[in-house]
Amino acid sequence: MSGHEHAGAPAHPHHPPPRGPDGYEADPTRHHPPGPDLEDAPLAHHQVMQMAVTSLLIEKGIFSADDMRAQIERMDALTPARGARLVARAWSDDGFRRRLLADSKAAATELGMDIGPVPILVMENTPDTHNLVVCTLCSCYPRFLLGIPPDWYKSRSYRSRAVREPRRVLTEFGTEIDSERRIRVHDSTADMRYMVLPMRPSGTEGMSEEALADLVTRDSLIGVTEPHAG
Amino acid sequence: MTGAAAKFAPGDRVRVLAHFPPGHIRTPWYCRGRTGEIERICGRFRNPEQLAYGHRDADREVLYRVGFASRALWPDHKGGKHDRVEIEIYEHWLEPMPGDAT
Amino acid sequence: MIEARRHHDMGGLEAGPVERDDEHDKAPWEKRVDALMVLLGQRRIIGVDELRRGIEELGSDAYDRYGYYERWMASMTNLLLEKKIIGVSELGARMAEIEAGRRRTLP
Repeated sequence: MSGHEHAGAPAHPHHPPPRGPDGYEADPTRHHPPGPDLEDAPLAHHQVMQMAVTSLLIEKGIFSADDMRAQIERMDALTPARGARLVARAWSDDGFRRRLLADSKAAATELGMDIGPVPILVMENTPDTHNLVVCTLCSCYPRFLLGIPPDWYKSRSYRSRAVREPRRVLTEFGTEIDSERRIRVHDSTADMRYMVLPMRPSGTEGMSEEALADLVTRDSLIGVTEPHAG
Repeated sequence: MTGAAAKFAPGDRVRVLAHFPPGHIRTPWYCRGRTGEIERICGRFRNPEQLAYGHRDADREVLYRVGFASRALWPDHKGGKHDRVEIEIYEHWLEPMPGDAT
Repeated sequence: MIEARRHHDMGGLEAGPVERDDEHDKAPWEKRVDALMVLLGQRRIIGVDELRRGIEELGSDAYDRYGYYERWMASMTNLLLEKKIIGVSELGARMAEIEAGRRRTLP
């Protein structure tokens, strides 16, 4: 089979995969301005692989081109704004807060939100405790709630250091946690996923849920930052 | 939940096996041989060490969240003294602490 | 026992500062790789634990050199070959065709 050499061949030499700044999260798309796949750029080896595999699977009837488009649209619709909405409701309604902490899937359903098939544990920040989420073994993330994780979450730096020196990592995000406050780092190693319920910032009394949700950033749902009023 | 009862309960002291086999493993290297405390029982899930090799009928096992003092994981830890790391660990990686009644 | 530690199992190791400015919007091809895995998972063709095992078995050099979705793509392709969902010859022929520019408009 002539294809054997092909599949075993290394990445094509005309487009060597670059190293990122820390020699780790190399990304061939960084050679070019961000945006759609460029017509004139040479296709990187794994892009060719993706196109070939996808077209073969469609031909074999494993799924259709429409299935793929629909899945991309579904994923695009999953954003940190969904987590922010849960947080804003929890800040505004103490009963909802308790239900969210006890069973996030059922609580989200009250808002007509489906958080997907993987259990998500919501960890509440308090004056005594700050929570931080990481996955040291790969990049597990509550993706069916919040969408695709940020690049830094998948980096060797974050995955290696967040468990051992969370306070130094937090400083790099501009977050200082008082030394008397306990830090709980959650390593997402198996079948649970985690979202942080940040503390409601002072100076937000009387704000609407919509306005509160605007204060909740993706990074605060991972625990690397804390929301601030205004 | 189906199957045998969970071997450990929240609050139990446990040690992670100091085993280093090859293969797909979801118990991080940094906690092996370390002592922690059961934080909660997550439920029963199919063993990823079997799923990873295509065995769809993988055993269902009790999954725990185990909390470790950061200083128990890294004796030179420089953070707050109450800082901790919580890790999901399957039952077959855990043993009771010697002397503890389980 | 240090040699028993596998390359992906990096919790607690030393590393440089976290680069927050590296973020980029996902390229269309990366979204397609993501969707591919979800579709194959839903059809019980590839499980997430198999995907991870395949990534871990790429070797340390490839693990570091490849981007996130390149690792996914490499692992998924190996698994599809292993499971005889696709064949090496047809994959080689299709990749050559695409590189020759004849199939640039495919999904």
